[in-house]
Amino acid sequence: MSNHTDSSSALNRRSVLRRTAAVGLLATPAAGLLSACVGGGTDEPSTSATGDKTAENPLGVATETPVEVVIFDGGLGTKYATDVHVPSYEKKFPKSKVTFSSTQEVSTTLQPRFASNTPPDMVNNAGSKLMDQGKLVEAGQVADLSDLFAAPSLDIAGKTVADTLIPGTIEQGTFNGKPYVLNYAYTVFGLWYSGKLFKDNGWTAPTTWADFTALLEKMKAKGITPYSYAGANAAYYQYLVILTTAAKIGGPDVLKAIDNLEKGAWTNDAVKQAATLWAEVGAKYGNKAHLGLKHTEVQLQQNQYKVGFYPSGSWLENEQGKDTPAGFDYQVAAIPGATASDKLPATGLYAAAGEMYFVASKGKNVQGGKEYLRHMLSKAGAKGFTELTKSLTVVTGAAEGLTLSPGLTSANAALTAAGAANFSFRWDAWYKNLDDECRAATNKLMFQGGTADEFCTRMQAAADKTEKKFSR
Amino acid sequence: MRQGKYPFVIGFLIAPLALYGMFVLRPIAAAVQVSMTNWSGLSPNFDFVGLENFQKLLDDDKVWLAAKHHVFLLVTLPVITIALALFFAFLLNMGGGTRGGMMTGVWGSKFYRVVFFLPQVLAVVIVGVIFGRVYAPDGSGVLNRFLELFGVDAVQFMAEYGLWSILGVLVWQAVGFYVVLFAAGMSSIPAEIYEAAVMDGASRVTIFFRVTIPLLMETVKVAWVYLGILAMDAFALVMVLSIDEGGPDGATTVLPVQIYKSGIRESDYGYASALGVALAVFTIIFAVLSLRGGKRNAVEH
Repeated sequence: MSNHTDSSSALNRRSVLRRTAAVGLLATPAAGLLSACVGGGTDEPSTSATGDKTAENPLGVATETPVEVVIFDGGLGTKYATDVHVPSYEKKFPKSKVTFSSTQEVSTTLQPRFASNTPPDMVNNAGSKLMDQGKLVEAGQVADLSDLFAAPSLDIAGKTVADTLIPGTIEQGTFNGKPYVLNYAYTVFGLWYSGKLFKDNGWTAPTTWADFTALLEKMKAKGITPYSYAGANAAYYQYLVILTTAAKIGGPDVLKAIDNLEKGAWTNDAVKQAATLWAEVGAKYGNKAHLGLKHTEVQLQQNQYKVGFYPSGSWLENEQGKDTPAGFDYQVAAIPGATASDKLPATGLYAAAGEMYFVASKGKNVQGGKEYLRHMLSKAGAKGFTELTKSLTVVTGAAEGLTLSPGLTSANAALTAAGAANFSFRWDAWYKNLDDECRAATNKLMFQGGTADEFCTRMQAAADKTEKKFSR
Repeated sequence: MRQGKYPFVIGFLIAPLALYGMFVLRPIAAAVQVSMTNWSGLSPNFDFVGLENFQKLLDDDKVWLAAKHHVFLLVTLPVITIALALFFAFLLNMGGGTRGGMMTGVWGSKFYRVVFFLPQVLAVVIVGVIFGRVYAPDGSGVLNRFLELFGVDAVQFMAEYGLWSILGVLVWQAVGFYVVLFAAGMSSIPAEIYEAAVMDGASRVTIFFRVTIPLLMETVKVAWVYLGILAMDAFALVMVLSIDEGGPDGATTVLPVQIYKSGIRESDYGYASALGVALAVFTIIFAVLSLRGGKRNAVEH
C-alpha cells in the first residue's frame, strides 16, 4: 500500500487529474457520471427522527418511528435478538416497531446500503464477511455512542450504562478517542480441552512451558494429536495465541506497539521468542493434515478425542453444542507461561469484548438504534443473551443466578484467576490487510517449517507498508 | 428501399440496445471510473486519484503471483482439456472401427456421452464441495483413502499441490462440454472423406491426426479461447477448495480472488476495480491474440 498522508499527495492527485483531463479521455464525463453510478445517494446527512428527552426516554427516541436492526446469523444465532431484545424495545415503545432481519453475509447485504446512504439503524457487524469497521468509521458512517454510555441504565437503578460495563469495554470500541462500537459479548481466549479426557488420563492443565510440552509428549504417546488448529480458515486463532505468549513474555505493551504500527513492534524479542516456541509446538506436536482442514473439522476431531488442545474463544462450547458427546466437559486453560522471567503471570488471559454492534450515523432513526443497544445492555437483556448463547456479556454481574455450562464456568474461573492480567489487541480489526498477511505467515510458521525470524520480518514489513489510521 | 424501413428496424433495436447499454456497457464504464478513485464502497464519498491504483497494482506481489498462476492455467488448462476431449470425442464417434465402410463409436458411446457431460450440469460450488472431500488431507479423503490401501502416506493435496489440484477439477468439469462440442464437429465431417481414408487403408491413429484434427481446427480454436477465459477466472473453485482463500500463502491465488479480497474484505473498491480492469484487458488481449494468431487457411471439406 502506498503511504500518502501529507498534503503534497493531494496536490499530486490534482495534477494527475488535470493531466488526465488534458488528455480528455474520461475525466470530464466521468465526474458527472461517477456521482450517478457509484453511490446513487447524496452527501447530505439524512434527517433522523428524534423525540423529546425525558427521564423515561433519556436518548430522545422518536416513540412512533420504527427502528431497523440487522443481526448476523452465525454461531450465536438470532434468537437472543428476536426473543429478548426486540420484545424489550417494543414493550418500552409500543407504538414503535423493530424491523428485524438477519444475514449470514453482512458485507454483501449491507455494503450497498451504506454506499447509498440508506443504512439500517443498528448493525451487528460480524462473521467472515464483516465490513471493515475501521473504514466504516473513517467514512463517517458510524454514530458516536457517547450519549448512550452516559445515559442511565434501563434496569440497573442509579447507574449509567457505562457504569454497568466490564472495564475496557468502551475502549475496545473506541476509534481515535471516540466510542463508536459496542463490543457486546465478553470472550475468553485460551486452550480448550476435554475435562473427561484429562480426568481419565490423570492429566492436569499446565502452567509452565515445561509442563506444557511434557503433557503434549504424553498425548502424542497416546496417539492423540496433542495440539492443533485449522489452517484452512482459522489461522487467526493461532496468531492470537502466539501474540498472547508474546504479551506474557514482554507485557501488554508489546501488543500496544503492534496496534500502533510502531517500528520494530513485530521484530521485538518477545514476539520472536513466542513465535519460536510455537513453531516448535507446530513442528513436533501438530498434524500437517490440519493445514487443509476447516475449523469445524478440527473441532469435531477434538470432540472425538483425537485432538488434545485447541485454541479458541469461549463461543466454542456453543458452536459445538450438537457434536459434543455427553460428558465431554469443555474446559479452558490459560496459555502457559513461557519463561521464568515473564512479565505477566501464567494465569494472564487474552480476554476482550467482541461481537461488534454499531449504530449507523445516517440511519433514519439514530437515537432508536442507540436505544436498542441500551436494551441489549440492560440486566435482563444481557441475562437473556447469556442464557440463549452460553456467552458472557460485557454487563457486569448479568450472569448471576444462571446455571452456567461447564465451559462457561471454566472461562469464568479463568477470568477470576487472571484478575487484572488480561489484555487484547485491536490491529486485526483496524487493518484487515494485516489480518490476511498474518494468517498466511502463521500457517507458514506452524505447518510449513517457517522460522520465527521470517514470521517477524514479514509482519514488520507488512505493518511498515500500512498507513496508520488509529492508535490507542 | 421502401419508406419506413429504418424506423421499423430501429424500433426493434432500441429495446435490446438500451438493455445492453444499461446492464453491460454502463457497469463496465462505471468500473473503469471507480478504478481511478479511492472509493471505499462504504459511503458515497470518494476522491479522484488518477492512475494511483494502477501504480499500486504494479507493486503488489500478490498480483504478480496471481498473474503467474493465470499463465500456468492458460497453458495447461486448454492443452489438457482439448487433448482429452478430442481423444474421447474420437472414441465416441469413431473409436469402434469400421462397419460397412462407416466409422462407428465404441460400444456404449451414447451412455458415455451422458457421463462425460454430467459434471457440466453441476454448479461450480457443488463441484468444489465434492472435491473438497476427494482431496481431504487425511484418511477421510477419497483419494487419500485409496492411497492408504497401497500404504502410501496421506498426500497434502491443497497444501502442497494446490494449483495442480484445482487444475484437475477445472479439467474434470470442462472436458464433457468439449467432448460434445468436438463430437458434433466430427459428425459434420462428410462420411465420404472417412470412407476414402478407410479404403486407402489408413489406421485409426492416422485418420485421427491426418483427417479429423485438420478438419476440426476451427472448433479447436474456439475451444481454446473459451478455456483461456475460464483460466482467467477459477474464482469459485479457489474460494471453496483452497486453504485460506487462495493460500497457503498465496500459492493458489488468482486475480478474481484478489479482487474479492481488496473489495469485499478490505473495502478498497477503487483498487478492486483497477484489478478488474486489468483482468478484463488481459482477457481481451488473450482472446484477440489467440483468434488472430491461429489464423491459417482453414482446411475445408
